[in-house]
Amino acid sequence: MLLEVRDLQVEFRTRDGIAHAVNGVTYAVDAGETLAVLGESGSGKSVTAQAVMGILDMPPGRITGGRILFRGTDLLTLKEDERRRIRGAAMAMIFQDALSALNPVLTVGDQLGEMFTVHRGLSRKDARAKAVELMDRVRIPAAAQRVRDYPHQFSGGMRQRIMIAMALALEPALVIADEPTTALDVTVQAQVMDLLAELQHEYRMGLILITHDLGVVADVADRIAVMYAGRIVESAPVHDLYKAPAHPYTRGLLDSIPRLDMRGRELYAIKGLPPSLLRIPSGCAFHPRCPMARDVCRTDVPPLYEVNEQRGSACHFWRECLDG
Amino acid sequence: MPEPPPQPQPQPNEPEGAVAGTGMGGGMDLAASEASTLEPASHGPDGPAGSAATGAPGPQDRPRSLWSDAWRDLRRNPVFLLSALVICFLVLIAVWPSLIAPGNPLRCDLARAQDGPRPGHPFGYDGQGCDVYTRTVHGARASVTVGVCATAGVAVLGSVLGALAGYFGGVWDAVLSRVTDIFFAIPVVLGGLVLLSVVTSNTVWPVVGFIVLLGWPQISRIARGAVITAKQHDYVQAARALGASDTRILLRHIAPNAVAPVIVVATIALGTYIALEATLSYLGVGLKPPSVSWGIDISAASPYVRNAPHALLWPAGALAITVLAFIMLGDAVRDALDPKLR
Amino acid sequence: MGRYIARRLLQMIPVFVGATLLIFLMVNVMGDPIAGLCGERACDTATAAQLKREFGLDKPLWQQYATYMGNVFTGDFGTAFNGQPVTELMATAFPVTIRLTLVAIVFEVVIGITLGVVTGLRRGRPVDTAVLLGTLVVISVPTFVTGLLLQLLLGVKWDWIRPSVPPEATLDELIVPGLVLASVSLAYVTRLTRTSIAENRRADYVRTAVAKGLPRRRVVVRHLLRNSLIPVVTFIGTDIGALMGGAIVTERIFNIHGVGYQLYQGILRQNTQTVVGFVTVLVLVFLVANLLVDLLYAVLDPRIRYA
Repeated sequence: MLLEVRDLQVEFRTRDGIAHAVNGVTYAVDAGETLAVLGESGSGKSVTAQAVMGILDMPPGRITGGRILFRGTDLLTLKEDERRRIRGAAMAMIFQDALSALNPVLTVGDQLGEMFTVHRGLSRKDARAKAVELMDRVRIPAAAQRVRDYPHQFSGGMRQRIMIAMALALEPALVIADEPTTALDVTVQAQVMDLLAELQHEYRMGLILITHDLGVVADVADRIAVMYAGRIVESAPVHDLYKAPAHPYTRGLLDSIPRLDMRGRELYAIKGLPPSLLRIPSGCAFHPRCPMARDVCRTDVPPLYEVNEQRGSACHFWRECLDG
Repeated sequence: MPEPPPQPQPQPNEPEGAVAGTGMGGGMDLAASEASTLEPASHGPDGPAGSAATGAPGPQDRPRSLWSDAWRDLRRNPVFLLSALVICFLVLIAVWPSLIAPGNPLRCDLARAQDGPRPGHPFGYDGQGCDVYTRTVHGARASVTVGVCATAGVAVLGSVLGALAGYFGGVWDAVLSRVTDIFFAIPVVLGGLVLLSVVTSNTVWPVVGFIVLLGWPQISRIARGAVITAKQHDYVQAARALGASDTRILLRHIAPNAVAPVIVVATIALGTYIALEATLSYLGVGLKPPSVSWGIDISAASPYVRNAPHALLWPAGALAITVLAFIMLGDAVRDALDPKLR
Repeated sequence: MGRYIARRLLQMIPVFVGATLLIFLMVNVMGDPIAGLCGERACDTATAAQLKREFGLDKPLWQQYATYMGNVFTGDFGTAFNGQPVTELMATAFPVTIRLTLVAIVFEVVIGITLGVVTGLRRGRPVDTAVLLGTLVVISVPTFVTGLLLQLLLGVKWDWIRPSVPPEATLDELIVPGLVLASVSLAYVTRLTRTSIAENRRADYVRTAVAKGLPRRRVVVRHLLRNSLIPVVTFIGTDIGALMGGAIVTERIFNIHGVGYQLYQGILRQNTQTVVGFVTVLVLVFLVANLLVDLLYAVLDPRIRYA
């Protein structure tokens, strides 16, 4: 296994109390595999990714439990300097909003080249050449000239390509893409997503794709992990999950996608709001919004039941759910 | 699934006019920057900006107003309580100095000049043989009067002009911007020296007038910015679409949302005005004897500083504590009103 | 970029005219421009009228202002109370004040930015709280009090420095006065840097830099500092004018014969030409400093450069 996250727990200290952002997340990604992590904002999907990358703001954040195994080594036991060497080189991250994620006062060439000067010890000139090469790679026209431009001089799609180029610069084994297309126009989204999928395939990287967009997931992901209130509520191969969700929350998500064959009918919406992480409901965190909730859901936290070898569901009544 | 909209493009903060900075010195710059980060209260479902990072939706149990939230914060803030206490005490002794210093600040005994403390005269005597304790207590009145009156004048003039310019925009806004630039280009102490050196009046009013004259552009710039921000809110557009008059929109919808930065700047400015009065008095153009003022006393004590440092230290300490109290109060209020820190 | 500079230059013209006119009016309308010319006593009516004619004071004010400005631009600032040309006074006074301002700015940059970076990176820790409180105290204590206290302690009690700076005012003599002059701005630079660093520290591009596996030092110096110092540089630039104008208090305390000293003398003796001349130059310095800051701003922030 390339990456295994086991029972990860993260909390944040806020003015109003402790926010339990991640409460025992377990997932794994293998080389060449794409895992989609799906969830609303506040479900803990980005926080988990930041914990894996080691870029969590601590404080206020705190990892209170669990292990993050990267090629068998627990990253949480490494020294900061050892982790730093892994970051960027062996695992990299693509952020959502490239305009704010790129440094506004440095040229893109400087920002790309930095990867090579810092991790590989290349000279500035060689690093510049590598930067041009990378920009070519992600199909930025006239790369040799544009390498001296600043992020704000590029279009949104081009900027995101630069972001991708920067993440893939050192051909990392694992890439975490945090909503890589959310900030883009719909037409550009597909291009960027295709590019990412293509490069992933070429380098046989493990890819964790964090998203809230079910449409994106279906095309590119191998497996899906659905998160709710800091927990994985369902984990399954992508086709199984689309065919028959084993958790009422997943079912709600799927039902709320507009579909052409359902025209004219009212669109389903999950009632209620996501819970406050300061006061996560007892038992199953989803029970206040769940159409299937019963007494046991209010008292007992459901474990991730094994549905079959490939999938799990954190619902006491996953069988009923699976049967529709 | 609801996702926060992409963040607005970060804009570089371009200097507003031909000149940035204030010419008022660090204190006023502090005041200005403190408030410029304050945005008018945003009532809306967006919740606190910080929660996106932690993934924690803010507590949504009951709608709380910015002010009641701030007040809840302030009541628990020791800095606020302490500075408020000091200010209350100052106002008290400014109004009734004889409460704690029954003596006459103008009665001096040259034979005792530069003497140290003795029973009944805990702070000793100054170069003229006046009781330092009595003069320090009585000096509060001049400082507080100048500070309060100047701030009131500056706040009223500045916020009215700034709000009108910000709301109506156009030619008046451009003219006002240039006029504020002109005032910012004149070093304050210098302007004070030039203008006040020809005044012979013995009251605080020329000093107050001068501070209002050079201080209003500060507040007007803040008020203008706050009004422009508030003007863009949807509810203001809605009110306008419903046919509300300009007066009504300004007073009912914009003013309550633009007033927070003005209050913060005014509080901090009050402290700096007190310091300015003392500085002008030290240079001999502010208040003049027989007025009793900390600036005058410090100025008078400076030639004797080798032999009688106490005559300088007590009024200087009182001055510093007063200014500090106002600045800390403003600072605390700003922190409490700043939604970004929540 | 050229248009940007041109626009800024154009905007400065009304500010320059306005500020100098304001001072000109203050001096001429509020004061009595010939009061200082007859020595200690008041001039008799006939002499006064003659002097007024001689100096063109019987003409309308706007005309006087125009004549004065015309002279200024040909390098004629008039004569001081002792018959010396004002330009000569400037030639001796400005170098001293420029040195003093220079010392002050070095303090602002070195101490202010260092403290700001240290506290900004350790927000909420004891160091931060202590420095923050210190800055508030420094801002609260008026410069003249700070100056008198330092003079008392260092110059009189401990005898480390000469309490009064000799006329030639070399750089080493100006260290303590420079610190006093800088004190309030220094505290402000600290706070500004701190806020800026603390704000930018959470910026996405800093997170990106960390995620790239850059060493902490590089993240701070190359990514964080460069962005955070933009407002600080702006402030320090605009502060040059304020420092030179505010030097009047410091120069008085330490008996430095700079611009402030000459201005003070000019005001005491009601010498219009000295006062207006010096203030005109100070306003000019202020405006030029502002222009430079604008240009520097564009250099530091490419988003302005290409806007």
